[in-house]
Amino acid sequence: MRILVLMKMVPDIVEELEVAGDGTSLDREYLRFIVNERDDYALEQALLLKDRLQATVTVVAPAAPEVDDILNTALAKGVDRVIRVSGIPATSGARATASALAATLPGIPGALPADLVLSGCQAIDDLDGFTAPILATALGLPYLGLVSRITVDPGAGKAIVGKEYPAGVTGRFEVVLPAFLGVQGCEKPPRYVPVAKVRAAMASGRIEEVAAVSGPSVPPLDVTAMGKPQETGHAEMLGGSVRDVAERVADILAARGLL
Amino acid sequence: MAGNVWIVAEQWKGAVSDATYELLALGRGLADSLGVRLEAVLLGHGARGLAESLGPADAVLYVDHPTLADATGLQASRAVAALAATRQPRAILVPSTNVSWDLLGLLPARLGVPLINFCREVQVVDGALQVRSLLYGGKMTVTVAAGAGPVVLAILPGTVTAAARGVAPAAVDDVSVDLPDDPGVRLIEYEEPEAGDVDITQQDVLVAVGRGISSESNLEVAEDLATALGGAVCGSRPVIDQGWLPLGRQVGKSGVTVKPRLYVAAGISGAPEHLEGMKDAELIIAVNTDAGAPIFSVAHYGIVDDATDVLEAMAAAVRKRKG
Repeated sequence: MRILVLMKMVPDIVEELEVAGDGTSLDREYLRFIVNERDDYALEQALLLKDRLQATVTVVAPAAPEVDDILNTALAKGVDRVIRVSGIPATSGARATASALAATLPGIPGALPADLVLSGCQAIDDLDGFTAPILATALGLPYLGLVSRITVDPGAGKAIVGKEYPAGVTGRFEVVLPAFLGVQGCEKPPRYVPVAKVRAAMASGRIEEVAAVSGPSVPPLDVTAMGKPQETGHAEMLGGSVRDVAERVADILAARGLL
Repeated sequence: MAGNVWIVAEQWKGAVSDATYELLALGRGLADSLGVRLEAVLLGHGARGLAESLGPADAVLYVDHPTLADATGLQASRAVAALAATRQPRAILVPSTNVSWDLLGLLPARLGVPLINFCREVQVVDGALQVRSLLYGGKMTVTVAAGAGPVVLAILPGTVTAAARGVAPAAVDDVSVDLPDDPGVRLIEYEEPEAGDVDITQQDVLVAVGRGISSESNLEVAEDLATALGGAVCGSRPVIDQGWLPLGRQVGKSGVTVKPRLYVAAGISGAPEHLEGMKDAELIIAVNTDAGAPIFSVAHYGIVDDATDVLEAMAAAVRKRKG
């Protein structure tokens, strides 16, 4: 069984975000990038399937700051191949990224066809669409998103997939393979891998590089402004020592009959 | 007629969802401003009766097909795309909910049009649609000129006052589209969450924890405050993903919506997915080390400090008052 995992980097929103001089995009000069959290869960799903079914797992990610750390970490966790695709700007947007990947992936030996393509079902910078369903459509694969459980019966050519609905309800679906699944969660959190193993992967120099092939041109959205939200409401902020603040909270709760 | 505003009616457990009525209210205003019709697309099998409550729409386009009884996003996107390809709406409004998630991802791809995601505000400015969206976990807002369309808009729940239910539309049009009988993705069943844990929707007091509590061992501090207040502990997505709390304790898009008398949000940044599940709590007290965290936009009181330290001090202060 062959699994392809698509990952990407996103801005780390724990950092202070600033608007660039153009007034319509993020200032990227001091931005830190981290792996899209949902992609990390997609990788974990792939590794669980690899453990159970001796699947072959290939990870593909567009080149971006710090992406090599993610690819080396994936190698350290046990994936078989990692491929960095150069030439897809990080600011491309979901549609243009999906267009480039749809044109590039079929030309990478051994990447496609895959029985399962997995990727995070969303990212914090997905303004003009979600990469996974757009790419699934371009590749002609059935798609299911918000997936948090996957079991595969390779003999039957089917997967049984759990999809998240409101109020903790899970939809159990039968999906005909090959298919593309947009991952939201996993049975287990992404596994820890010791730094020594990541360093060993780094030293192995196993990251393959592929140049992106241009796909059909996709016009970007016409973003006219970006800024920090101007909220109509804002909390009354309580300052002082932790003990003082706690006493004031107790006053508030008492006044409202909550104590 | 080309150029109309569409909403896609969402069903959950056999009923039209609350988010649909929010879309109807928003769509009605946009259609009136643009001088076009508002049409609601309803998909199902034997579900025509639901169209009778979609009154704010000028017309309901009802598609009946056996594979739309429990429509996957894949099949729903085929149906809506087939209709849109011939009728050319200017904008298609889809709720940004778990139920409609795959539809709003697949529909623009199938139509070859953009999605504008995380829409919090849509208005008509000089005859054109202008959208304001939340990005980067709610830390930035962007303004997008939607152009002449067509475009799919993913509307965040809770951003518009819902239209009245139970009003009949002027017309219900039965329309047919060609759909494959074997869509490749088939629902087997819905599984309800395991019973036996605390029902957080019934609690007057909730102490909610997020990524900012740093480690599972700090849950004990939240439990202690919840006990002192006579409430329960719940969490945002990252805490559930880590397995620190069971799925039934998750507040937000994949979890439950709560409206307690008191909601203490500790170490929760306030991504839109979380806010939609708790913003209507009577009293919200938020604690976060980041003064710019979006949670402070919905909280009544805010504290910029370490969540664990503050929870610990609050538990002590509450116990002192209670004697």
